[in-house]
Amino acid sequence: MADALLPPEFSDLEPFAKEWCLASEPERYSKRLASTMDEMQAFYDAIFPRAEEAIVYLDKFPLHDLPDDAHRLLQLLYSLILVSFAVEIWRQPYIPDTGTASFELKLEPVP
Amino acid sequence: MQQSPKRAPKQYPKPPEGTWTEHYPELGTAPVSYESSISPEFYELEREAIFKRAWLNVGRVEQLRRKGGFFTKELGVARTSLIVVRGMDDEIRVFHNVCRHRGNKLVWTDHPAEEISGTCRQFACKYHGWTYDLDGRCAFVLQEGEFFGIDKAAYGLVSVHCEVWQGFIFVNLAKQPTQTLTEFLGPMITAIDYPFEKLTERYYYRGDIRSNWKVFLDAFQEFYHPPILHGHQNPVMSNPEYKQQGFYTMHFQIDGPHRVGSTSGGAGGLLPPEMYNPIERVMRSGLFGPWAPSEIVTNELAPGLNPGNKKHWGLDSFQIFPNFAIVFWENGWYLTYHYWPMAHNRLLFEANAYFAPPRNVRERLAQQLGIATIKEYALQDCGTLEATQMGLESRVVSAFPLGDQEIMCRHLNKVVNDWVRDYQRSRAEV
Repeated sequence: MADALLPPEFSDLEPFAKEWCLASEPERYSKRLASTMDEMQAFYDAIFPRAEEAIVYLDKFPLHDLPDDAHRLLQLLYSLILVSFAVEIWRQPYIPDTGTASFELKLEPVP
Repeated sequence: MQQSPKRAPKQYPKPPEGTWTEHYPELGTAPVSYESSISPEFYELEREAIFKRAWLNVGRVEQLRRKGGFFTKELGVARTSLIVVRGMDDEIRVFHNVCRHRGNKLVWTDHPAEEISGTCRQFACKYHGWTYDLDGRCAFVLQEGEFFGIDKAAYGLVSVHCEVWQGFIFVNLAKQPTQTLTEFLGPMITAIDYPFEKLTERYYYRGDIRSNWKVFLDAFQEFYHPPILHGHQNPVMSNPEYKQQGFYTMHFQIDGPHRVGSTSGGAGGLLPPEMYNPIERVMRSGLFGPWAPSEIVTNELAPGLNPGNKKHWGLDSFQIFPNFAIVFWENGWYLTYHYWPMAHNRLLFEANAYFAPPRNVRERLAQQLGIATIKEYALQDCGTLEATQMGLESRVVSAFPLGDQEIMCRHLNKVVNDWVRDYQRSRAEV
């Protein structure tokens, strides 16, 4: 695929790449809050079973010299982490009983 | 006759007095008032009595790696903004962020109330171009001859007392602090000698929360609430044993205005698989952080940690008066919390997690799950403590019972009241 976002080994995950490869935690968290549980369940069901394989694949590269497609695969795993709380624990996008409180990640390492 | 709490399970022995609280008789055991957390007048007193007299941590030396490196720190509680800067002589200095000419805030970009950081050789005022060297000296006054015999040497930035302990930069806003930083921190805290400089992978959270700073802090200095408030977050937390018997802290210690609580660890990865959420099993991480120990973990625990010398030690939560906490985790990473009051019923909450730089993607992901977990927990606390603030502000109840597991809350409440009373007394004497 000429316009593939992910490494060829993970081409089956392409349908999720455009929406879920996000650069920062605030973007990923906003995406979680803006998604339905059906959308997140589909994302989780697709990514989770491939997570271990993706980690093994990514660890072939130096962390600070990931090719672009590998970096996006890593971002997909970051999104999986945030989505997992909604899917595995809360069964809803937001954390129960949090009201209007905000708690935002202002600084995070790259990649 | 007053009854003492029932005996704790034998794996959590208490001091000879029978309880942790009675081991420190000055704390008393009576129900406690939270008037100090709902009164605007008391908040005004705290600003002067505590935040303008105690040593406050404003950051770490790694935030100022190069000569000329600086950051600003907004201290709304003291109605000031600070410039923290590493000079050309490598000395770290702190100044009030105010131009001596006409009081303009000196260092800021775009939004005057927002903190910034960067590197520079001089500070230049946006208003009339007065400049200051990194050591605070006034270096340039535009049209100096138009002024009436101005002596630039008398117009340097107003400096703030600053001392560094273990890479943590502390300030004291008093004209003349009554204690050095080392004296203030006392033996329990200064016993800590930890390789902070090796844990440079930093994640920084901040939240704007509608509760008093002490009401909020209290939730982070007792382990009585986690099995209930956070009981659904993972199978360990929903362990029926915790729900029925509660959770016991292994060790409490108080030294001056500071305190520590130590608990058992997360047994990273060693429990049966059903005790972990699926994502935790894949990422090998969770509430206690990465399951794999970081490179700083050796057979010898860093000096000052695990002050109770407990066998199954997992974490220390050091609460450094007034508003700073360091939490050390067994697998070689640490968290800091800062509780910055904004009003009697509002605070800015900062959490920083520091890890060893990850050597590969697997280590990075384990850290990511650790910090994502912190957010899930912290947001539950944030929502609940806004509710607590509302409950307290109703003033329907005026005294609240605190259990032995809440000794650290009782201690903070007392220290705050003591400092305010001491300040009022010193003012009355003048």
